[in-house]
Amino acid sequence: MLKKIFVLFLLTVTGVALWQSFRHAPFGENRVGDVENPETVSAFYLKHSPETLHTANSVTAIVVNFRGFDTLGEVTVLFLAATGLASILYRRKEDEEEEGGHLPVRVKLKSSTLVRTGAKILFPLILLLGIYVFVHGHLTPGGGFQGGAIIATGFLLMFITYKRFNVNHKIMVWLESLSGLAFVLIGLYGLVAYGSFLQNIPWTGRLNDLISGGLIPLIYIFIGIKVATELTNVLDTLMNTKPRKK
Amino acid sequence: MNSFQEVFIRYRELMEIAVYGVAILLIFIGLYAVLTKKHLVKVVIGLSIMDAGVNLLFVGVGYITNHTAPIFSPGYEDAADKMVDPVPQALVLTAIVIGFAVTALALSLVIRLYRHHKTANIEQLNSLRW
Amino acid sequence: MIFIVFLVIMAVILIAAAVYSVVQKDLLYAVLGTGVVSLVLSVFFYLLQAPDVAITEAAIGIALTTIIFIITIRNTTRDEDKYSEDLINRFKPEEDA
Repeated sequence: MLKKIFVLFLLTVTGVALWQSFRHAPFGENRVGDVENPETVSAFYLKHSPETLHTANSVTAIVVNFRGFDTLGEVTVLFLAATGLASILYRRKEDEEEEGGHLPVRVKLKSSTLVRTGAKILFPLILLLGIYVFVHGHLTPGGGFQGGAIIATGFLLMFITYKRFNVNHKIMVWLESLSGLAFVLIGLYGLVAYGSFLQNIPWTGRLNDLISGGLIPLIYIFIGIKVATELTNVLDTLMNTKPRKK
Repeated sequence: MNSFQEVFIRYRELMEIAVYGVAILLIFIGLYAVLTKKHLVKVVIGLSIMDAGVNLLFVGVGYITNHTAPIFSPGYEDAADKMVDPVPQALVLTAIVIGFAVTALALSLVIRLYRHHKTANIEQLNSLRW
Repeated sequence: MIFIVFLVIMAVILIAAAVYSVVQKDLLYAVLGTGVVSLVLSVFFYLLQAPDVAITEAAIGIALTTIIFIITIRNTTRDEDKYSEDLINRFKPEEDA
């Protein structure tokens, strides 16, 4: 009881401190400034995204081109989390039996005919939507992370519906590693040819074309493939985990 | 014109409470669950709610009244004066993915701890060896 | 005017779902409360003119976070007050009498 009162007092102090520190940033005030003569960082990015890079989605231009090194850090953190999860939990092979003599149960009941037929029809459509989202990342809202998560959700649908649906683990691991390597190699090409890591090539097309923005769509395609295979590996490891044999 | 200006000032304060207040309240609720609950999965649920609150606070700072999304569609190529701040959105994109990675790693540790100690109560896990 | 009405309604649903998922003792329902928080948050991001962030939160927060929580509950206990359970006998297929 005393502990709960102490926790509530601590939380009230934290809440009041946060509220008071946001007094100087009132909601809805224009903090970007003039775009023609930029004085803030946001105005600079909004001015150069359609003029120099010819990219329609300025959030994509910031994530991949202006702050591309942070995206490399994020891809590294995701890779470390997936590797850590795979090394902590053991994954059983496809036909192994559990102790007690009965087969390991992934889905207990057989799904109904409606669910099975619907999943078979929906799965290629979900894959198509995911690939569309990360290929058109520089024209419409979307990008590599969103497309990869949509593809992983499609694989999850098939894992839940069928008892014996399995993906080839080796192919997924190879695809993930090669995509990550391709991203780093593109950055190194910028370092060798132009003098700074992840520098964009000067041939950017017209605004709102499919092939525009230099290297931005290529980088997002590799990130999309990497995130999709990585999240599918995480789900596969979690669903097929088993306790260690003594 | 007095009542119109009054309505405008109260409108902005209501929107400020509706966005900043809700985000701070979410951080509050998540932190309470992390500090007080005993079951390990409840602690991770509190961590996930706290992530949501922080991301909402960030995007709320970057909003400008009566402006629109920062995408240059065909026909709106010189509307750069009326766009919302794009930098907080790029930062929150990274933060959401990293929050999911931290949750997945924490849950794998929970499963492993349960299998070894046969309990999910944090007050009974008192041996430091794995 | 309609914008402010939407914001207030979504804010109330958000706080109610967050309080529900912290207080509830049955862990499966608490996890579904976290899913509702992610869903309403995605609509909130769209109302604040950020469509990229809304798609990311919808794709990652609703489907993937909920499923990894459910797999964890399957491998540990379901009730918050019971801290240990016998896992082998829970998954045995039914025998014919």
